[in-house]
This record gives sequence, C-alpha cells and structure tokens, in this order.
Amino acid sequence: MKGILRVSAAVLAGAALAGLQAPSAVLAQDTVTVASWGGAYSASQREAYYKPAAKEIDMTVLEDEWGGTLSEIRVQVETGEYKWHVIDGESGTAMAGCDEGLLAELDWEMLGGMDRFFPGAALDCSVGTISWATIYSYDGDAYSGDNVPTTIADFFDLEAFPGKRGLYANSPAASLEMALIADGVAADDVYTYLLENEEEGLDRAFAKLETIKDEVIWWDAGSMAPQLLADGEVAMTTAWNGRIYNAIVKEGKNFVIVWDGQIIDYDHWVIPAGHPEFDLGMKFIEYASRPEVMARQSQYISYGPTTAEAGALINPDILQHLPTAAANLANALWVDTVWWADREEELTERFQVWRSQ
Amino acid sequence: MVATTGSHDVMRTADGVPLKIKLRRAERMRKVWAIALVAPLFLFLVVGFILPIISLLALSVEDPDLTSGFPRTAEVFQEWDGEGFPSPEAMATFAEELSVAERGQFGRAAKRLNYDISGFKSMVKKTARQSEQLALLPLDQIHDGFIKIDKDWGDPAYWYAIKNASSYYTDYYLLWSLDLQRDQEREIVGVSPDRAIYVDVLLRTIEISFAVTLLCFLLGLPIAYLLATLPTRISNLLLILVLLPFWTSLLVRTTSWLVLLQNEGLINDLALWLGLWNEPQELIRNRFGVYVAMVHILLPFMVLPMYSVMKTINPWHMRAAASLGAPGWKAFLKVYFPQCMPGVAAGTLLVFILSLGYYITPALVGGPGDQMVSYWIVQNMGQTANWGLGAALSCVLLLLTLVMFFIYNRFVGVDRLKVN
Amino acid sequence: MAMPSYATTLDRIWYVTFRVICCLIFAFLIIPIIVIMPLSFNSEPYFTYPMPGFSLRWYGDFFSSPQWLLGLQNSIIVGVFATLVATVLGTLAALGLNRAEYAGKSTILAVLISPIIVPIVITAAGMFYFYAKVGLTGTLAGLVFAHATIGVPFVVITVSATLAGFDYNLIRAGASLGGDPLRVFFKITLPLILPGVVAGALFAFITSWDELVIAIFLASTEEHTLPRRMWSGIRELLSPTIMAVATMLILTSIGLMIVMELLRRRSERLRGITP
Repeated sequence: MKGILRVSAAVLAGAALAGLQAPSAVLAQDTVTVASWGGAYSASQREAYYKPAAKEIDMTVLEDEWGGTLSEIRVQVETGEYKWHVIDGESGTAMAGCDEGLLAELDWEMLGGMDRFFPGAALDCSVGTISWATIYSYDGDAYSGDNVPTTIADFFDLEAFPGKRGLYANSPAASLEMALIADGVAADDVYTYLLENEEEGLDRAFAKLETIKDEVIWWDAGSMAPQLLADGEVAMTTAWNGRIYNAIVKEGKNFVIVWDGQIIDYDHWVIPAGHPEFDLGMKFIEYASRPEVMARQSQYISYGPTTAEAGALINPDILQHLPTAAANLANALWVDTVWWADREEELTERFQVWRSQ
Repeated sequence: MVATTGSHDVMRTADGVPLKIKLRRAERMRKVWAIALVAPLFLFLVVGFILPIISLLALSVEDPDLTSGFPRTAEVFQEWDGEGFPSPEAMATFAEELSVAERGQFGRAAKRLNYDISGFKSMVKKTARQSEQLALLPLDQIHDGFIKIDKDWGDPAYWYAIKNASSYYTDYYLLWSLDLQRDQEREIVGVSPDRAIYVDVLLRTIEISFAVTLLCFLLGLPIAYLLATLPTRISNLLLILVLLPFWTSLLVRTTSWLVLLQNEGLINDLALWLGLWNEPQELIRNRFGVYVAMVHILLPFMVLPMYSVMKTINPWHMRAAASLGAPGWKAFLKVYFPQCMPGVAAGTLLVFILSLGYYITPALVGGPGDQMVSYWIVQNMGQTANWGLGAALSCVLLLLTLVMFFIYNRFVGVDRLKVN
Repeated sequence: MAMPSYATTLDRIWYVTFRVICCLIFAFLIIPIIVIMPLSFNSEPYFTYPMPGFSLRWYGDFFSSPQWLLGLQNSIIVGVFATLVATVLGTLAALGLNRAEYAGKSTILAVLISPIIVPIVITAAGMFYFYAKVGLTGTLAGLVFAHATIGVPFVVITVSATLAGFDYNLIRAGASLGGDPLRVFFKITLPLILPGVVAGALFAFITSWDELVIAIFLASTEEHTLPRRMWSGIRELLSPTIMAVATMLILTSIGLMIVMELLRRRSERLRGITP
C-alpha cells in the first residue's frame, strides 16, 4: 500500500516538479540539519555554532525552524522520514519525548559525562544548551519614582499596579510557580510544597492566577511579549529574559526586568529516536557543548551556559545580564524538569480548560 | 435483447446492426468515456484527500499505546471482568513486561494511562524502575509488592484504567471529545468538571456560526436587494465592493481587522477623537472582534447567492402588490421574499457550513474563550500530541459539517454551488 | 429603482434610510481593505492616521529579505503547479460528469466537491499525518499535491457551469465530419468551455495563493509560502512590512478579479445572455 501511494504521489506531484527543483549543492563535508526557534535566538546560534562549525569541525549546518511540539518529532519517528538531526527543545519536551521513546539516548561518554553540566541540564536523552529565565518586565516609562514593581507579588497586585498583564498562553509552566511564590511560598520550597500538597497547592496557584485572569492578555510567541509592552497593550508581562534584554539593548526600549521569583530553565539539544545519522547529530552536540564554543553564544543573546567551565570564560559585563548571575539569583527558582515531566500534559489541559472558561 | 434477426420491423443502421443495440452500445461507450474522464480526478482525490482524512479519523478509534508496548498484559487484562482486582497471574504478566520494556514503550503507555487518572504516569515510571524485583515475587505476594512500591496500587481504579486501555479499538477518545468516559461498570458517565470543555466548545462553535450566519443575513439582505433592483450599470459597479473582499485573502482581511481594532488602532483613535468613548476599548481578543471579522469575511458568500436569485425576480410583482394596496414592507415579505428563498437558503447554509470550520480568524482576533473546535483540533494534533483526541474532535466537527452539507444538498443541491 | 409616483411620505423616509443602511454596509465591506494599503507607505512603523510621512522602506524591507522572497517564490511555484494539476484533472472530470447519466453520479460529484466543504483544519491534519507516511511533508511537491486537491472543486464547478449551456450537437457534428475525439476536443469543445476553464484555473490559483492552514501543518521553513510567512510575522510582530505584503496581495486579488469579471462578461455575451 505504502509503495503504491508513494509511486502515485511521486508520479502526480513529484514528477511535475522534478524539472524545477534545483540540484542540491554537492557537499563534501558532513551535513546536519538543526531545528530551532528562529529570530534573534537562531541568529545567536548561527554566530556561535553553525558558522564556526564549517571551519572547526568541517561540518555544514543547515537551519530549520520548528514549533516546539512533540507532534513534529513524533511524525518523523513514526514514519521514518527524518527532517532534523538535532533539535533545540524545551526541557519539558526533552523529558516527555525521552519517556515516549521519541528521542534517542545520548552518548554521554562522548560528551564527557553528566557531571560537567549543571544539575538538571544533563538528562538521558538531552543535554542543556542554554539557561534562560521566565521573568516579568514592565515599561520604565509607565512606572517611576517610589511606586515601581519590585517583587513577583507586585505582578499580581492589581490595586497597587493597575493595568493589563501579559502571560504565556501555551503552558502553565513558570506561571504556576510564579503564582505560588507571589502567594507567599518561598522560591526554594515551591516543589517540596507541591509534592506534599499537590492538589491544594495547584488549586492555590490557579486561584492566584484567577485574581488577574480578567486583566490578562495572552502571548504565544516569544517576541509577542516585548511587543505587547511596546504597544502599551499591557502594563507588565512575563517574558523570556533574552527577548526583553534584546528590546532594551537593540531597540533602546526603557523596559525593566524584575529579577524576583523568576523561573530558570534550560533549552536542550535532542536527537530524534532511530535517526540513521545519529553519529552526525552527536558530533554536532559534542562540538556545541565544548566550553569555549558554548561560551560564545552569550555574546549574541543574554542566555547563560550550562556548564561551569563555559561560565568561567564569559566576560563579566555580559555575565551580569544572564539569569545565572549571582546578583539575579536572590529569589529565583530552578525549574524541576522531572516534576513537570510527570504532570505537563494534565496541567496543560487543566490550564487550557481554565483559560477558555 | 428483443431484436431478432430477419424481422422487418426492426430499425437497422447501415452496417445491419439493429438501431436499438447500436444506440445502447453508443450509450455504453459514452458512459465508459464519462467514467474514464472522471476517474483520474477521483483517484487523485482519493489518494490526496480522502485517504488522509480516513487515516486521521481512524486514529480516533485506535488505542495502540498499551497494546503495542505491553501486548501480553493487554491480552490478560482484556480477559479480566473488571471486578475488584485482576488475578495475580495478570499482575505478574504486567510486572514481567514492565521489567523488560524499553523506555519508550512504557513511556507511551504511562502517558496514555495518565489520561485516565492523573498521577498515574509517575506511578508507572516508579513501578517500572523496581519491576525487576517485582517480577521475581511469587504470585501470592505480587499485589503486596505493587502496593509496597506505591500504595495507590491498592485502589482498583488504577487496575481498571489498565484494562480500559488494553483493547486496540476503543471508544475512549470519541467519548472524551464529548466530555464523557466509562466508569468501572462500563457505564458512560461525564468527566470531572475541571476537564469538561469540549461540549462547551462544540456549543460555542455552533453559537458563533449561528450568530455569524444571522448577522450576515441581516447585512446581506439589504444590499443583495439593492443590487438586484438597481440598473445593471450601477449594480455592476457596486458588485465590485462585494467581489473585492471575496477575492481578498482571508489572512489579509483578518490582519486589517487586527490593525483597525487594536487598542491603538484606527477605530479606537477615531472614537476617542469623536468623543464616543474616553479610553481605548477592548475590541479584539474577544467575541466582538470574532463576530466583526468573521461577518466581514463571510458576507460575500451570503450576498452573492441571494443576489443571483433576486436578479431573476420580476420587480413588477412588488409593484403589483403595492398597487393593490399592500404597504411596502408587506409586499416585500409576502410577495418578494418567498421568491428569494432558494438564494437565502443557499447563502445561509453556505455561511453556516463555512463558519463551523473557522480557525485562523478566531485564533488571531479572539480570546481564549472564543476558540472553536478547529482550534482544539490544532492544539491536540500539535501542541499536546494527543492525536487520538484530535482525531475524535475531527470526527465530531466533520459529522456536524456533513449533516449541514446533506441539508444543503437536499434543499439547494450541490450542483447549484456557484462560485462566481 | 426610482420611486413610484404613488409612494407615501413613510415610503420616502424608508427609501432614504434604506439607502443609508446599504451605504454603511458597503463601507463595512470595503473600508478594511482600503484602509491598510496606505499604511504600508507610512514612514513610521505605526498603524494610525494621519501618517507622518511617505516612504517605500517597507517594500524595500520585503524585497531585501531572503525569507520573504523565498516565501514569494514558493507561493508562485506551488500556485502555478497546483493550478495546472487542478485545472487539467478538474476539466476532464467536469466533461465526464456532463457527458452521461449514470448511477452514483451525484455521489461522485459530492466527493469531487468535498474539499471545499470539509473544514480545512481536518484536511490539513489528515495530510500532516498521511503525507508524512509517503514522504511528502517538507517538500514543495507535497504542498502542490495538497493545494491541487482543494483547488479542484472550483474547476469542476466553473467548467460544469459552462457546460450547462453547452450544445453537444456541436461535438456530434465535429465527429460526423470525421474529427477524431482529441481533435474535436481541441478544436470545438475547449474553445467553447475556455472561459469556464480559465475561471476555474484562477479560482484554483487564488485558493493555493491564499491557503494557510495546510501550509502551517505541512511546510517546514524552506517551504514557507507567503501567507505562512505572514502568519509567523503577525503573531510575532505586526510590522509595516506585513502591511506591504498585504497590499501586494490585495493588488493581486484586484487583478485576478478584473480578469474574472472580463471573462464572465465575455462568456455571457458569447452565450447570448445580455445583462
């Protein structure tokens, strides 16, 4: 059946195009395709990894953009038609994909062992490439003097700081934890509290979110958050720290990042399960995880490295804007990937039901 | 074949074959030709369109996660009647298969079981980690072994959830798409309120489609009437105002409304300047925005069929009624409107059918409470990779659409479907 | 329609009110399309009037962005090939449908029309899954294939409409004069149904040109079409470059609409229907 379909498909559509498709360039070197998030983030990877890879390890890196959903990986694994060698995915995706057998277990010997990496950045099927934070930010022109938001509780305080709030639409991750910290749970205790009082704790977090629900404008793409701020559609919004940093530095916006109750997370390199060119994918990941290579990326975007060795190589001027800078860590929370991996789907479902009610 | 050779009352063609047969042959040839001409497209659509949809819909009744990862467990759990606990032998089979399962196998099964009972996923993973010792336990201790790993194994509901996922064909996802599930007695009951959403979404889809259709009708009727009654030269010019939106990309039109309706958009600016309101009003990311944009996009589909019917109605009927003393509105309602019914039926049904499947426009100008079934199909096919549920929702939406299309075909006729 | 002499005052008021209402509805239809075009020439990246100045910079952005240009190129390639496939197959099928009566014809017609009835999200989701199995995702061929399926019904409908007034005696005459079927088709049938075929082709093209949902499901970055690129753009940042793209799309639509109107009038004249 598959054969017949393939043939008829090829005859009807493929043949029509055959004359038109440019012959693919002849590449002597290894070629891998890496899927990532696009925009400024992909640009930073291009400078730090993709371009130098051609010279340093004789590898051509092709770029693709993806939506970050497991479906996109699942369809490749189940059909055996692989588009990507290596994927830059969120930690939840990496964890769930590993559990579901959609991602290959990495060759940790090649990567120099798990201990090189920060806790949580080294998992069976994935290795951290950056650390980033969900922070909240406001427009410095909108608040001034003494009355400026300084804590995560202020984000939920509509009386002291009236106005619309921006929140991430696709997942409750980070928003739930922030709600709990704002409601008085110490950042360090969030997951222990949730493990001990799961039902009550989640209800409490949703109840806290409910207090601002009517004022929320939802964003679902990373660049929408700074845009909502810039357009004055919201008074404050949660955002990924690199996006706000970019708006401040590159576009000269007077945005302020509040380093309180931020949720720090990793992005991971992963390889789809069963990929025939697994070795090429590993070769790229090994290269991108070398301290001197990894340290380059924060020159182009304000995300941090995932190994201490790479951290030591970063210029202190840059370091202070990274989520992992000591001054920014006073009341921060490192996301518990394992906790989320077990609950992501049901909490996302609950969150979407709640949002749509 | 009634024609007999040799009889004189049979008409023959030049080559001596009875005319009847020759005609029948020609008729058959024509049919063969007709079918041969349709066949390439038919096959093309079967491969490129029908099969993809069937393969999608098939996902809604398949439940492969447990049956492929734990085939023997699935088999023994299917034989269990679901009363109390399964036999120790069944539990042992499960423990054994857990101990040898690859990561992906139990990961997918755990994800599936978690749909039934939240928290089941971590429990299965925890159990899998200790399953090697578990599989070695004698039969009379196996259940206690499970309970020692997690006390919830003492709750029959968890064992029942495994049974619930153990058959390859299932109504699980279809029920889920209607906020239903089977309890331990195999009775169909509603899901808990914090998960119940899809019936609401379905009703919302129908409500939005209905409202959009009604609004399109109310706005479409006057201009269709005007176009039909004006002299052709003027009406042809005005028709351009209907045709241009019709030809303009849906995405472009939605974008325009995004620009017009946003907080710092043109409508708000204009209203503030005119003093209609004092601070920018929320005009998008809510139902209002969805109605405005959808009505704008679908209005031409209402106007064009009504116009083409109205054009054929003799305006003298109205005048005759008026001259007989009927007031204008009465003449319109009693004389004119009934004659427009074919156009009205075509327009309203078409707009309703098209509305049901809307995705892009509500996604851009609606808020979370304005998303229709299509949005949740995209969510489940993409974001959460719950293909079974996405496929089940597709079944519901497709069924609804086909019912409406059947009505359309019955009252309007598919051959009347015009695009220009 | 002028006011008849026996109209009452009430009728006159109603007459004026009715016209005003109609004007408002026409304004509602056309203003959103008109209003965004000038914004694409705004010198500043804002979406309000009055505009501070006139500039072509957003068009410059478009034509200097490899991504937008790739989108344009993909849209053209996919549109042209999908139109070709849809027009050839759709025209043949319409001829077959109108040639004879046979059992199951209305079912076949319903199947051929179904791509415009089935909600596009379902079509796209099915293709996402099924085309991946046969290796058609992530290729332009896959998009061509997909867009052809949804463009086909328009060709079938428009060609069938032309054939409704078609005099089959012309074909018989052609055949009786010794023309073989192929020759009869190209010399007699095709010229007569050409307006319908071209109209169908235009519909098939615009369907592919505007199509977004299938592109969201099937196309990876290399295959992004213009609407797909626009979709990413709108969700990330509503830039004036998008207004420039929108303006160009609107101008394309106007062009196609004019061609279509000319065709329609020509075919009405040919068939002796003078409006």
